[in-house]
Amino acid sequence: MTDITQAKPARPRFSLDWKLLGPLAALVLLLVIGAFLNENFLSSANLLNILTRSAFIGIIAIGATFVISSGGIDLSVGSMAAFTAGVMILLMNWMLGVTDVVWLIVLTGIAAGALIGTGAGLLNGLLITRGGIEAFIVTLGTMGIYRSLVTYLADGGTLSLDSDVRGLYRPVYYGDILGLPVPVILFALAALAGWIVLNNTAFGRHVQSVGANEDVARYSAINTDRVKVFAYMIQGACVALATIVYVPRLGSASATTGVLWELEAIAAVIIGGTLLKGGYGRIGGTVTGALILTLIGNILNLTDLISNYLNGAVQGVIIIAAVFLQRGLSRKQS
Amino acid sequence: MKHLLSTLAAAALCAGVAQAEDVTIGVSIPAATHGWAGGLNWHAQEAERRLEAAHEGLNIVIAAAGSATEQANALEDMVAVQQVDALVILPFESDPLTDPVRQVAESGAFITVVDRGLTDPSIQNIYVAGDNVGFGRSAGEYMVDRLESGAQVVAMRGIPTVIDDQRMQGFEEAIDGSGIELLAAEHANWSRDDAFEVMQDYLTRFPEIDAVWAADDDMALGALEAIREAGREDEMFLVGGGGAAAVIRGVAEGDATIPATVLYPPSMIATAIDLTVARFMSNGPVEGTFNLASPLITEANAEAFYYEDSPY
Repeated sequence: MTDITQAKPARPRFSLDWKLLGPLAALVLLLVIGAFLNENFLSSANLLNILTRSAFIGIIAIGATFVISSGGIDLSVGSMAAFTAGVMILLMNWMLGVTDVVWLIVLTGIAAGALIGTGAGLLNGLLITRGGIEAFIVTLGTMGIYRSLVTYLADGGTLSLDSDVRGLYRPVYYGDILGLPVPVILFALAALAGWIVLNNTAFGRHVQSVGANEDVARYSAINTDRVKVFAYMIQGACVALATIVYVPRLGSASATTGVLWELEAIAAVIIGGTLLKGGYGRIGGTVTGALILTLIGNILNLTDLISNYLNGAVQGVIIIAAVFLQRGLSRKQS
Repeated sequence: MKHLLSTLAAAALCAGVAQAEDVTIGVSIPAATHGWAGGLNWHAQEAERRLEAAHEGLNIVIAAAGSATEQANALEDMVAVQQVDALVILPFESDPLTDPVRQVAESGAFITVVDRGLTDPSIQNIYVAGDNVGFGRSAGEYMVDRLESGAQVVAMRGIPTVIDDQRMQGFEEAIDGSGIELLAAEHANWSRDDAFEVMQDYLTRFPEIDAVWAADDDMALGALEAIREAGREDEMFLVGGGGAAAVIRGVAEGDATIPATVLYPPSMIATAIDLTVARFMSNGPVEGTFNLASPLITEANAEAFYYEDSPY
């Protein structure tokens, strides 16, 4: 993958991108299976449910595509989302005692969420670059810290948003524009922005260069530390956006919020064709990966064919098969 | 001077019924990783505050563990460091913790087991048992009362464990032969988020649902959101379980969508601590088994089970 550096401006072939077509094939296969198993599967209500649901993991996975392309990993995203949601809820509930202007409360909550997420990403990035600690260890540490903090804030239980605030905030999850749910629109916008930044900007190329070979990138006058810090900040901002959409769904946050989201996000990224070792990222693939993960859960809920106890096994088989499809086809091509 | 005298008098009164030396009671419970366990931790702390204020020389040490292994480590510390006179434990799992508890018992400590029984019941002095089969049965019987034969219900299970199996078993036994059809029973892992998604998919899958049984109140609340979003709250009702404050408040106010829940109180840890303290502070016997019932909570009796400050 060393060919993706600044020195070589274009990839040799991109007429047929099997790394993207592989996961797409898996997605189509799942859609066909779903349609056979339940007549309501292809109803617009179910398809919109799937799209809306995949928005959380999908948006987080877009950020994870940057981190993983740059050769890093972020295990803290699930806890970070839970902590951000907890602080947002506490802040908005507290503001209700100070002001009656509910839209101001919601906007402040959203702004606070954006700040906390991006700040947490910055912290991860600085600890990794300035602190010189492996990303795995730093984010394993912050994962535990944020998880404990939200449990502490919630007193071990559940933090619930006041119903007055929630009434106004609700449309951010349940609302739609021209029939498209708001979370789906935000997911699409985040994907588009991520695709432009990763594929069509100098920063995007730098991210992949750093992931391919950090030393070569440094000798090419790339400020590798800054690139990495920005990648983790993008991840944090994506977590914030996902959380902002998440909070109005149930209006609550607890110690179980966002558990294992980090693994789902990483799985979505890898299913989508991004290399875990870095140097190569695919936003379109990540979106496909997130949809595949949500689809598996949806299909399993819609059928009784398989014992509930085996749900995890089915998920595992499909994840491995999707990646095999992607790698196998691209290997044959080259 | 007057204050000192009354303190002395109170101390003398205490000494009359209690033993003179200090008593340390270790409490080992699962960490607050979900709503019910959060309530458990809260009630344990409330009991600690209340009992330590009431009894001089009583020291209660609470240790929350994240897994069975961590709990076994905590038990070793209870013996080695805290030198507890009694242990109150809600075991993560029965099998793996039986031997670690036996070790504590062999150090001479008084043993109280809560909720999940040990494989060898001879170790324990007190057993405060929750009734998981009854938990499912109470919910099932309520549905049999309210629904006609031929009604269609869906169930929402927790994380696959013995507790979950027992609750499901009780529910199925109760509706068996009533003509109520159980359409599906998926696992929503005692999580609001998962319950929301499972319920959405039930709504897609089944055009007609008359009632939903959730084997925990957190799941009932998640499912409720999905039902409201689909605008089908007039079509069905929900029965939860556990005794979450938010659900009990709704039941008390006559909420038509969740008209009933089943008590499985996290406050049972306080019952167990009280009994254990009584072993040292009371002159009456306490050893034995206490079976806590899982009664149905409806509008009529909900007020009695409502704790406003509880996190669950």
